[in-house]
Amino acid sequence: MSKIPTTLSILTICLVAVTSLPARAAEDEENENGSFLSNLPVELHGFYEMRAGYRLRDDKYEKDMSIMENRFQIDLYSYLEWADLRAKGDVIGDLVTEQVEFDLREINIAARPLDFMDLKVGRQILTWGTGDLIFINDMFGKDWQAFFIGRDVEYLKAPSDAAKISLFSDWANLDLVYTPQFDSDRFITGERISYFNSLLGRLAGRDAIVRTIKPDRWFADDEIAARLYKNISNYELALYGYHGFWKSPGGLNPVMSRAIFPDLNVYGASVRGTVGKGIGNVEVGYYDSADDRSGTNPLINNSEMRYLIGYTQEIGRDLTAGAQYYVEQMLNYDAYRSTAMPGPVRDRYRHVLTLRLTKLLMNQNLRCSLFAYYSPSDDDAYLRPNINYKLDDHFTAELGVNVFLGQYPHTFFGQFQNNTNAYLALRYSF
Amino acid sequence: MRTMVTVLLAIGAPLQLLAAENVPDVQTVVNKANFVAYYQGKDGKATVRMTITNKKGQKRTREFNILRRDVEDGADQKYYVYFQRPADVRKMVYMVHKHTGTGTDDDRWLYMPSLDLVKRIAASDRRTSFVGSDFLYEDVSGRGLDEDTHEIIETTDGLFIVKNVPKKPETVEFGYFNVAIDRTTFVPMKMEFYDKQGELYRVIESKEVEEIQGFPTVVKAVVSNLRTGSKTEMEFSKIKYDIGLKDNMFTERYLRRPPREAIR
Repeated sequence: MSKIPTTLSILTICLVAVTSLPARAAEDEENENGSFLSNLPVELHGFYEMRAGYRLRDDKYEKDMSIMENRFQIDLYSYLEWADLRAKGDVIGDLVTEQVEFDLREINIAARPLDFMDLKVGRQILTWGTGDLIFINDMFGKDWQAFFIGRDVEYLKAPSDAAKISLFSDWANLDLVYTPQFDSDRFITGERISYFNSLLGRLAGRDAIVRTIKPDRWFADDEIAARLYKNISNYELALYGYHGFWKSPGGLNPVMSRAIFPDLNVYGASVRGTVGKGIGNVEVGYYDSADDRSGTNPLINNSEMRYLIGYTQEIGRDLTAGAQYYVEQMLNYDAYRSTAMPGPVRDRYRHVLTLRLTKLLMNQNLRCSLFAYYSPSDDDAYLRPNINYKLDDHFTAELGVNVFLGQYPHTFFGQFQNNTNAYLALRYSF
Repeated sequence: MRTMVTVLLAIGAPLQLLAAENVPDVQTVVNKANFVAYYQGKDGKATVRMTITNKKGQKRTREFNILRRDVEDGADQKYYVYFQRPADVRKMVYMVHKHTGTGTDDDRWLYMPSLDLVKRIAASDRRTSFVGSDFLYEDVSGRGLDEDTHEIIETTDGLFIVKNVPKKPETVEFGYFNVAIDRTTFVPMKMEFYDKQGELYRVIESKEVEEIQGFPTVVKAVVSNLRTGSKTEMEFSKIKYDIGLKDNMFTERYLRRPPREAIR
């Protein structure tokens, strides 16, 4: 979240800038029956949403309300001969944090300066990779808190302040994303979601908000992400590289007892394409935890290999099923075990299965879906059933549940058990 | 048996010649109609406005721009659909690489701008609803001609009536369908779908046809579902042919950043 005065003024400047451009309407001769408003060079859209949710279990570290907010999104878009301009921001009246917040989602300029080059600079949402709600080579910010408390899935992606250069050729295409100052995930801090605190050795929440030391020097604590990709007979092949930091805290500074973001490099590859009647995907990634290559520092994440294989198919009319198998492998496990601090230890392999079922009903206006993560090695699970109904062209109602299950209080999903919640939302889009 | 056929032919042939001297063979008719409906020009664009009206009279609208490029006349095509309305799907892009060869499914993608997500969509039954309307995917992008057997069952002053029977009836929900094809323009004017019991349950009509750049073009079509009482009207505007769309416009690059042709 940004400070209101600066971001609002940027937004205002942008709005003024685009509205004062020479009226493009004149050159848009085809727009014969356009009203005065539709001839304005700025497209204005957005939504107003009310979203309410409660915990279904007692959690002594958090409020009973899991989400309670009014959200107003404004999305401004305009285009010049040589560029597209975009600004999108949310104003949120949040009853859980008892604050009014402004979340600038996007403010960027996109151009096509050369036939073989695209450019996008500014705050933007970035996604790549083949996983469905599993990310290996997508090292762009995620907002796990928004995901777990039941905000719209669009909020799982946190914005990046970056420059993206894309180069295209017959041989292959290359995306380069440069982030001059590290953008972390919007990770679980304990503010709204209780979690397992390994220092305290117990569940914690608002009593132990995670404090961090974040790399924040401009052009020094920067991130570079690259993707080289090619489409061969509609099989999408890609190689990835990333140089930066663990996006969520991946270590601990014992002196200051703060969570840290150690150096991380990621190298990976993926392929996606038609397999039988459906779509198959495979993705791998090598996580090089550069601050602890030997794995002997118990306070810094081990290096890892991550593997994913997935398949999606339509199994009935307007009914789609998808399954994925995902593995995280710690690469210096013996070193980790011999130096690990007292308390629960991780397994060498973390196995996760996911299942997605989506059924459309009532002329596709009603969508019933389930996304489930299940880890046989951690013995935990996370279920996301959701019902979404389009009342008309403007109103959408949504009902969903986030269910966390687990045998142990320290596993990835198990630690969130007491955050199991149900939510309800009504949105008006314009 | 053979003699009987010969006799029938001997009697029937001259009559038929008298009745319709200009009746081309059925394959020519369906080929031309298919061409007129889906392949005019090397490429094309249009703005489409759909109004879906249910039995109770409640309306929903869809508005999108559609770009098309033929890979090969009468065969593979690429489609790019950029949604404008309703607001919750605005700026979403749906892209299809249509393959007409038997046994090859189309390749489909969906781009969701709020997540910057390029999603690959599992090939699906082409006879499912297109964006929740009464039109099916197959109505929008065409049904492979070799999936049915064709027969001219009637020839009127202005129309050829062609009966189409699926070769693999188990793969579709209809028993057969008749298409009324304009004899001069070869525009399909009406399609009537009959269920397996032979009862009419679905009708698609071309309500308005205009000549655009020399191509006869349907600018208004309506599909009625007689069972549900639902009806969808599809209006085309800003139609242009041969605008020189490049092949690379139908790639991930343009999914993530739509071409001007798609936005306007």
